[in-house]
Amino acid sequence: MPWELKNDRPIYLQLIDQISYRIVSGEYAIGSKLPSVRDLATEASVNPNTMQKALSELERSGLLFTNRTSGRFITEDSNMIQTMKLDLAKEQLKIFLDQLKKIGFNEAEIKEFIMNEVE
Amino acid sequence: MNALLECNNLTKKYGGFPALSGINLTLERGKIVGLLGPNGSGKTTLIKIINGLLVPTEGELRINGVNPAVETKKVVSYLPDKTYLNNWMKVNELLDFFEDFYDNFNKKRAYEMLEKLHINPRDRLKTMSKGTKEKVQLILVMSREADLYVLDEPIGGVDPASRDYILNTIISNYNENSTVLISTHLIADIENVLDEVIFLQNGQVTLQSSVDDIRMKEGKSVDALFREVFKC
Repeated sequence: MPWELKNDRPIYLQLIDQISYRIVSGEYAIGSKLPSVRDLATEASVNPNTMQKALSELERSGLLFTNRTSGRFITEDSNMIQTMKLDLAKEQLKIFLDQLKKIGFNEAEIKEFIMNEVE
Repeated sequence: MNALLECNNLTKKYGGFPALSGINLTLERGKIVGLLGPNGSGKTTLIKIINGLLVPTEGELRINGVNPAVETKKVVSYLPDKTYLNNWMKVNELLDFFEDFYDNFNKKRAYEMLEKLHINPRDRLKTMSKGTKEKVQLILVMSREADLYVLDEPIGGVDPASRDYILNTIISNYNENSTVLISTHLIADIENVLDEVIFLQNGQVTLQSSVDDIRMKEGKSVDALFREVFKC
């Protein structure tokens, strides 16, 4: 997944989102080691201090943990990742529903529309 | 830790005209800082004082606690807005020249960067395009292991692909003891790389803030804020 950064939001918040996506999608596997701050910063073309800030926040939320001698790892707690995945999905669903309502769909129409599309 | 660079009431007048008026500024170590302002706002004057090429009319500027002099030139690596290198020299001769001049010049790093940017070390400067010359000059400057890198318009003449490489070089050379001060008009290109920005206007600092604080407070990019603040 390429790093996509928008202009109107703080960069560290966008980095938190994007790293979270990588974790829940399995691109960064559960329990695996995360690349170094410098490598991640270079890959995303962002300031290393900003990347550091994003990783510290993710650590506080428990999604990452630091092993003092060997670096930073993805959590081994699969329930936490699953919860995160659902939260992110709900967020996306809310955006999607708001958009459809803007276009003029009511709830019954949305339901019918989705059922038809999924089939 | 003590500040890397400090300005106290720094003022520079050309004749009667104040190019810088009463600047107070502190730069910490381990930051990448953008020095931003419209033409004629005093950016280059400030940079020249940092490098001891101009002396303040009033106030003072300290690097590692001392005024600009021989000692500070050892720890400040400067990319001027104009080239000063001898046109007849080959790139490898320039590398030797820099190695003679500066204890902290890392020749290996310079050769690696030349290779990445597909520049032949045996080429003469005068045979090169404007952009390639700029790249060579930037490589020389970034290959020093300095405390403060001062880059005056480093990416203006460089194509976008090389720009990305140069910015990545700045990121990967980053270390927590040194600071990079970049003056540029290409804000959108560099803003993701910056810790903080300084806005200069009519010789005064009107803003010093982190990029993310600006985005948080204003809900817009530094580039957009600049365009708004300095709208003509």
